[in-house]
Amino acid sequence: MPAKASRAAFGETLIELGATNDRIVTVDADLSKSTMTAKFAHTYPDRAFNVGIAESGMIGLAAGLALAGRIPFACSFACFVVGRFETIRVSVAYTNAPVKLVGTHVGVAIGEDGYTQMGLEDIACIRSLPNIPIVQPADEIETKQAVAFAVEHDGPLYLRLTRQNLEPVHDGAYRFAFGKADVLRPGHDVTVLATGGTVWNSLEAAKKLAENGINAEVINVATIKPLDEDALLLSAGKTGRVVTVEDHSLNGGLGGAVAELLAEVMPTPVKRLGVTGFGESGDPAGLYRKHGLDPDGIARSVTKFLNR
Amino acid sequence: MANPDLAKLDAIAREGRVQIIRMLTHAGSGHPGGSLSVIDILVDLYFNRMRYDPRRPTWEDRDRFVLSKGHCVPAQYFCMAKAGFFPESLLLTLRKLGSPLQGHPDRVALPGIEAATGSLGQGLSVATGMALGLKLAGKTARVYCVLGDGEMQEGQVWESLMSGPKLGAPAHHLDNLCVTLDYNGIQLDDFVKKILDLEPVVEKLKAYGWPVLDINGHDIAQVDKALDQAEATRGAPTFIVAHTVKGKGVSFMENQPEWHGKAPKPGEAVQAIKEIAGQPLPAWVEPIVAELQAMEKK
Repeated sequence: MPAKASRAAFGETLIELGATNDRIVTVDADLSKSTMTAKFAHTYPDRAFNVGIAESGMIGLAAGLALAGRIPFACSFACFVVGRFETIRVSVAYTNAPVKLVGTHVGVAIGEDGYTQMGLEDIACIRSLPNIPIVQPADEIETKQAVAFAVEHDGPLYLRLTRQNLEPVHDGAYRFAFGKADVLRPGHDVTVLATGGTVWNSLEAAKKLAENGINAEVINVATIKPLDEDALLLSAGKTGRVVTVEDHSLNGGLGGAVAELLAEVMPTPVKRLGVTGFGESGDPAGLYRKHGLDPDGIARSVTKFLNR
Repeated sequence: MANPDLAKLDAIAREGRVQIIRMLTHAGSGHPGGSLSVIDILVDLYFNRMRYDPRRPTWEDRDRFVLSKGHCVPAQYFCMAKAGFFPESLLLTLRKLGSPLQGHPDRVALPGIEAATGSLGQGLSVATGMALGLKLAGKTARVYCVLGDGEMQEGQVWESLMSGPKLGAPAHHLDNLCVTLDYNGIQLDDFVKKILDLEPVVEKLKAYGWPVLDINGHDIAQVDKALDQAEATRGAPTFIVAHTVKGKGVSFMENQPEWHGKAPKPGEAVQAIKEIAGQPLPAWVEPIVAELQAMEKK
């Protein structure tokens, strides 16, 4: 399977599901060509609504559509979605309106557009709200199943998608299970918890670590909220060291969630890898190297962490 | 609706004003001014307009009501209790720990509330989505949304005002949506004209593509006629600018910004209720007055 952006897999899946489920509608704010719902709008023009560059109105509209029995996917860049936090907080979370919020263009991996377009705080924001789970798939096959789950899920949900292509980390037999961590590579020296665009990089890092005798367990955390606490505690108990890897701010993301869990339940040394400070313009590979999210950077951080 | 029973509706509105004062006095906090300005509009909606079944609050074909100015929910709670959504005794639990009658509307806690509101500016977007969703589902149910005038300063309101007349076209025009502005002229800090004037609001709304009706929001006959016109309008949602008086019915509250968000003390409540109910005091008001007088003595 070739590499594919999760936003692209999302757009294709929505068209497939829309053929048999006319309750699915899309709501966009002038970024449908980027969030990949433009083809859905072309295929089902009476079920796609573009409200213009008005994300608060878009999220509120989606809440109303959901309360009237539709299954709305409200889509924009992740930073613009959670930028309308107050509308999400009241009209989606507190109202418990089953809106599917879709944030694309997450992380420094979007590259050249720079900080204002990078979703770097979205996990932290949504994590603070009751009622809204967070799902971030790691490749095409997982994205397709996560979108199908979002359609069936009776409640709001936040789907976090990448602009960049994702190398496959699953084979065709993979079955996404909401709320379940997905052990991609068993190991016993260190637990590496990764999500989204950093999962493949973490697997590559594990290969490098293995060359140096470090046997890393790599777990894909597609459901960031709620965390699969049992699976994470089991792995952390086995390895005694946990590293988290995410293309998101170091504050409040996957690493924060894992550190909170372990600190309360089973204190375990944790090293969080992610983005510090603001992002910036640059080539995506260069940005990943700068923030230590490339395979070499991850392997280096894990080695240093185990040797401390 | 044709030939509304205006005497009956006026009587319900008077009862609503009494209960609003009573509720807020028991709660010790809340927003009397806007609750008293919006009550006549809500009474016509709940008792002469909307199709709903209080025993089936999630009935698919019900008309929807979204009180975007959520702080005035005591007026809605009165209507809901009167309509049978919950026992009237629950009104006195307003704002108390464990009550489904939250200080601002909570959809999850109280069946019959269609959306959580109170963070101003959001309700119109949600109501618009409901109207669109109902159209897509082939339903004939209507959606009513009430906005506050201070709330009109929120940017999200104008996002929805811009899209409302255009959304759903050509097959699903939102002529099932009717928005009413409770234009009482006062917001928390001061008069709307002093904080950020909305005028010329009718011209602005028309420029955004809305058919606009300009009425007296305390004249239930006018409210009802405007809602009739809205229901008869095809191809576009309707916007009703309802001129109202903040604190309407209580002399010392009328047009006083300080009564935006302050509960009356029991003595003030007795005076207010006597003014609303008139002399001689109707029999149903006597125990309420006695109850508040007892509170005053404590």
